[in-house]
Amino acid sequence: MSEYKIYGINGPVVTVRGKTELQMTETVYVGENKLIGEVIGLTDEYTTIQVYEETGGLTPGEPVAPTNSPMSVTLAPGILGNIFDGIERPLKDVQKISGAFIDKGINIPAVSETKKWQVTVKLSVGDCVQGGEVLATCPETDSITHKSLVPPNVSGTVTKVFPDGEYTVNDTIAEVTDKFGQIHELKLKQRWPIRIPRPTAERLPLSKPLITGQRVIDTVFPIAKGGAASIPGGFGTGKTMTQHQLAKWCDADIIIYVGCGERGNEMTQVLNEFSELTDPRTGKSLLSRTVLIANTSNMPVAAREASIYTGITLAEYYRDMGYHTAIMADSTSRWAEALREISGRLEEMPADEGFPAYLPSRLSDFYERSGYFKNLNGTEGSVTIIGAVSPQGSDFSEPVTQNTKRFTRCFWALDKSLAYARHYPAINWTASYSEYTNELSDWYKENVSPDFTDCRKRITEILSEESNLMEIVKLIGADVLPDDQKLIIEIARVIRVGFLQQNAFHSDDTFVPALKQLKMMQSILHLYDRSKEVIARQIPISKITATGLFDRLIKMKYDIPNKNPEMFDTLCSDIDKAINEILR
Amino acid sequence: MIIEYTKICEINGSLVILDGVEHPVYEEIAHLFLDNGEMRTGRVVKIDGKKVTLQVFEGTRGMSAFNTKVVFTGESMHLSLSPEILGRVFDGLGRPKDGLGEVYPEKKQDVNGAPINPVAREYPKNYIRTGISSIDALATLIRGQKLPIFSGSGMKHNELAVQIVRQSAIADSDDFAVVFAAMGVKNDVAAYFRSQFAASNVMNRVVMFLNLANDPIIERIMTPKCALTAAEYLAFEQGKHVLVVMTDMTSYAEALREYSSSRGEIPSRKGFPGYLYSDLASLYERAGMIEGQKGSVTQIPILTMPNDDITHPIPDLTGYITEGQIVLDRELSSKGIYPPVSVLPSLSRLMKDGIGEGFTREDHPALSNQLLASYAKVQDARALSSVIGEDELSPSDKALLKFGKEFEEKFICQGFTECRSIEETLDLGWKLLSQLPDSELDRTDEKILKKYCKK
Repeated sequence: MSEYKIYGINGPVVTVRGKTELQMTETVYVGENKLIGEVIGLTDEYTTIQVYEETGGLTPGEPVAPTNSPMSVTLAPGILGNIFDGIERPLKDVQKISGAFIDKGINIPAVSETKKWQVTVKLSVGDCVQGGEVLATCPETDSITHKSLVPPNVSGTVTKVFPDGEYTVNDTIAEVTDKFGQIHELKLKQRWPIRIPRPTAERLPLSKPLITGQRVIDTVFPIAKGGAASIPGGFGTGKTMTQHQLAKWCDADIIIYVGCGERGNEMTQVLNEFSELTDPRTGKSLLSRTVLIANTSNMPVAAREASIYTGITLAEYYRDMGYHTAIMADSTSRWAEALREISGRLEEMPADEGFPAYLPSRLSDFYERSGYFKNLNGTEGSVTIIGAVSPQGSDFSEPVTQNTKRFTRCFWALDKSLAYARHYPAINWTASYSEYTNELSDWYKENVSPDFTDCRKRITEILSEESNLMEIVKLIGADVLPDDQKLIIEIARVIRVGFLQQNAFHSDDTFVPALKQLKMMQSILHLYDRSKEVIARQIPISKITATGLFDRLIKMKYDIPNKNPEMFDTLCSDIDKAINEILR
Repeated sequence: MIIEYTKICEINGSLVILDGVEHPVYEEIAHLFLDNGEMRTGRVVKIDGKKVTLQVFEGTRGMSAFNTKVVFTGESMHLSLSPEILGRVFDGLGRPKDGLGEVYPEKKQDVNGAPINPVAREYPKNYIRTGISSIDALATLIRGQKLPIFSGSGMKHNELAVQIVRQSAIADSDDFAVVFAAMGVKNDVAAYFRSQFAASNVMNRVVMFLNLANDPIIERIMTPKCALTAAEYLAFEQGKHVLVVMTDMTSYAEALREYSSSRGEIPSRKGFPGYLYSDLASLYERAGMIEGQKGSVTQIPILTMPNDDITHPIPDLTGYITEGQIVLDRELSSKGIYPPVSVLPSLSRLMKDGIGEGFTREDHPALSNQLLASYAKVQDARALSSVIGEDELSPSDKALLKFGKEFEEKFICQGFTECRSIEETLDLGWKLLSQLPDSELDRTDEKILKKYCKK
C-alpha cells in the first residue's frame, strides 16, 4: 500500500501534494504519531485532509497512511454506560494512558477487546439469513440486552455456528456463506461508516409520543417517538438543563447524549448524576441505558464535526435491535461552527454569516436520520433527535436556527425574559410550536383520556387570550379591566406558575406522569368554569381571590404526590364547596 | 549546525513568509534576528511545503527582506515554571519584566495546554465566599468555575475584581494564589491592580502577566495562554487554589481579529474570525478541578461590552462557554450603586449544587429564587408606573416598588471594603422580602418562610 507525505499544514487541515489514490471521506493516519484524519477534498494538485486532533508539532514529510475505509465507528456490546470522545475513543481508557489531560495520537479500541460476554447464539446451521437479523444476544448492562446483528451488507446461508458461551467482541460466533461462495465470519463487533444512515425496511408514520414528564412538553408541545425537535435559546436560558431533564426522564430505551462543543464540567455533571440516578421504569442506574459523547469546546474542532454523526450512528444501531432511542445533541450550533471553521480553512465561498452554502443540506441529512422504522429484522424502533441550538446574540433569525426550523417539526423556543424571572423550563408558549399535536392526539385519547386534547386546547386558548390582554395591562394596569378579563389573567397566572413552570429539583415535580398532567389541567379548568358562574352573577372576583383557591392550585404540583391522583377529587370538591359558598 | 534563513518573501502586518525552509514544524517557535541586534519571536502558523508563515509577536516594524535572519527552535512555545514565579511580573510572553532576572525553571510547560479529560474532572461544588451580597446570594462563585464580569467602559469592574480577590483570599490563607493577566489595559489600570494587591498584602502570592495597551498586539494573543499555564502549574502541581483574573478579554478578541484579517481569513460576525468560539473556549475551559488533586483554577475574566451590547460576539460567545456571568449595569452605576451588579441577567450555573444545606444555609436556594422572581416583577411595576403614574398603582405594585428601591440600595449596594458574611447576606435578603405581601412570596416553601422570613 502506498504511503503519502505531508506537504502543507494549516490549523486542522493538512494537505498532501499531487494525485493520490485516497478516496473521499477515507480515514487516514497522519504523521508519526498516527493522528486520525479524514479526506475531505481531492484535486489534481492537492489532497486535503481534516485532522481530528491538534496538529501542532507536525512537519512536512511525515507520512500519511491510508486505511481504505471511510470514517467508521465500532458497534459492539460495551458501548452503553461508556463515555467517548467525538470519534469514539473511550475517555476512561484514555485517562488511564494519558492522565488528566488528553494527549495526542492515542489509538485504542472503542470497547474492551478482552472482556468476555455471556452470549446466546440465535442462528443455527442451514439458516438463510439476511442483513439485520439477530445473530446473538448478550446482557450488555443490567437493564439492556444487546442484540448483535448480521451486518446489513451480509446475507447467505449459515455454514458454521459456535455454541453459546463466553466470547469477546473479536471472537467469531458464526460463519455465513453468501451466494458467491464467500465466507463471512460474524462477530459481536461490526463497523459502520458514520456518514451513511443504517438501512431499514420502511419508515412508519409517527403515532406515539415520547413521554418526557415535562408538562409544557408532553401537554402543550409534544414530540413523537421518531420525531425531531429543536431547542433554541440564548446563553443562560436553560438549554442544557432541559436536555438533561429529557435525557433523565424520557421513556426512550436508549439515550445518546452528545456534548458537542460544550463545557467540560457539564459532561462531568451528567456522568456523575446519571450514575447516581435510577431509571424509574427499570429501577437500574440511568447510566446503564446511556451513552455519552463528549467533545468539549476545547477539544479539536474537526472531531466536533464528527461527534454528531458518531452519536446518530450509535442511535441507529440500537434502533436496529428494536429499541426506541433518543439522541440529545447539545449544541448543533457548535457543530455548524465547526463546519464553518473547516470551510474557512479550505477557503470555500461563504454564504450567510460565513457559514458554508451546504449548511442546510447537512442539517437536513442529520435530522432526516430520525424516524420511526420497521427494521430489516422486522422489529420496530425509533430514533428521536432533540437538538439544542445556540443562536448568536439570542437572535433566532440567524442561519442555524432558521435552517434547523425547516427540518424539525417541534420548536421549543427558550426565552430570556422567562429565564431571568426564573420561570423554568423557559419554553415560550407563544413562540414555540409542535406539528405533532394532531398526529398524537389519538394516542392521548386512547391512553390518557378522551378529554385530554380538549383540555389542552382550552389551556392554550386561555394563554393566548392572556397575552392579548397583557398588551392592554402594560398600558393601563390590571385594575381597570372588567372582572371577566381579570379572571382570565388570574387563571392564566395559575396555568403559568402552577402548570407550565416545573421544578427540576423537586423530587415529585421533576417528572410528572401524563395522568397527573391531565388532572391538573382539569382542576384548573374546573375552577375557571365555576368562577365564570360567579362573575356572571356580578359578584366581584376579589371574593374568589379571598378563598385562596388560586394559590392552592398553584401549589397543587407540590401538594399532591404523583402517586395519589385521587387527591384531585378532594381538590375539585373543595373548589365546588368554596364557590357554592360564594354563590349562596 | 544552526541554519539561518534569510529568504523572506513577504511581510504583511504581523506575518512574515519565508521560503526554502527545511523541515519546519507546525506551531514551533522561531527567533528573528535583526541587523540592529534586536531579537524577536515568532510562531509557525502555516506550512505550505517549504513556504512557512510566521506570526511575529512583537510586530514587523523595521523589518525588511534583507535585514532579518530567522532561526527555528524546533519547539513549541514553552513557559519556565517554578514555585518562585509567585510575586513576579512578566510581560505578555512570559519574560521577566521586573528586573529580577530569569526564572530558574523547575519545569517547562507548553503554553497551549491540553484539554482536561471530562472523566478526570471533579465537578466543582465548594463555594467561594466573596463577601459581596449580590454575588454570594444570587450568583455564587464556585471554586473551579469560570465566571466572567461583563462590564462597559467607565464602570467599576476593576474595583469589583480587586474586592473579590481581596475578600476571597482571606478564607484560603496559605494555599491561595492569584494569576493576573492584563491584555491591552492601560498602564494606570495595571498599576492600580498592583497597588491594590500590595495594599491587601497578597503581592507575594500574585503572578502578573502584563501586555499593556502600548505593547505589541500579537503578543496579546499569547498572554492568557502563558497566564493559564502558570495557573495550571500552581494548581495541579503546587496544590494551590488559583484565582485567575484576565482583563480585558475584548482587547484579546480584537487582537485575534487583527491577526485573522491580516491572514486574509474569511470573517464571520463583525469581522471576528469563525474560530473565535473555539479560541475563547481553549482559554476558558482551562478552569476547573481534577479528581484527586488538591488545587483548583477559578477564572474571573473581565470584558468590556462594546457599547454595552450583550449581544456583541465577544460577550455572547463568552456567555456560551463560561458557567454564568456577572453583568454590570450602567443605570445602577449612574445611580451611584456599587457594585452595579444587574442581578437578573447575572447567573452562576454551578451554584445550584454548591449552595443550600451543608454548603451555605438551607434557605439559600429559596431566597435567591424568591429575590430574583420578585425583583423581576419590580421591573414590570416600574414600567407600568412610568406609564400610569405611581399613584394609580395597586397596593401590591407599590409594595414592589418600595422593595425594589431598598433591594438596590441596601442589598446590592455595599462598600468597597465591606465584607458581608453569608448569614448577614441571607438575613438581609429575608428582611427585605418580609415587607412584601404573602401572595407575592410564591416561590417559597411554607416551612422556610416561617423560619426565616420574620414579619
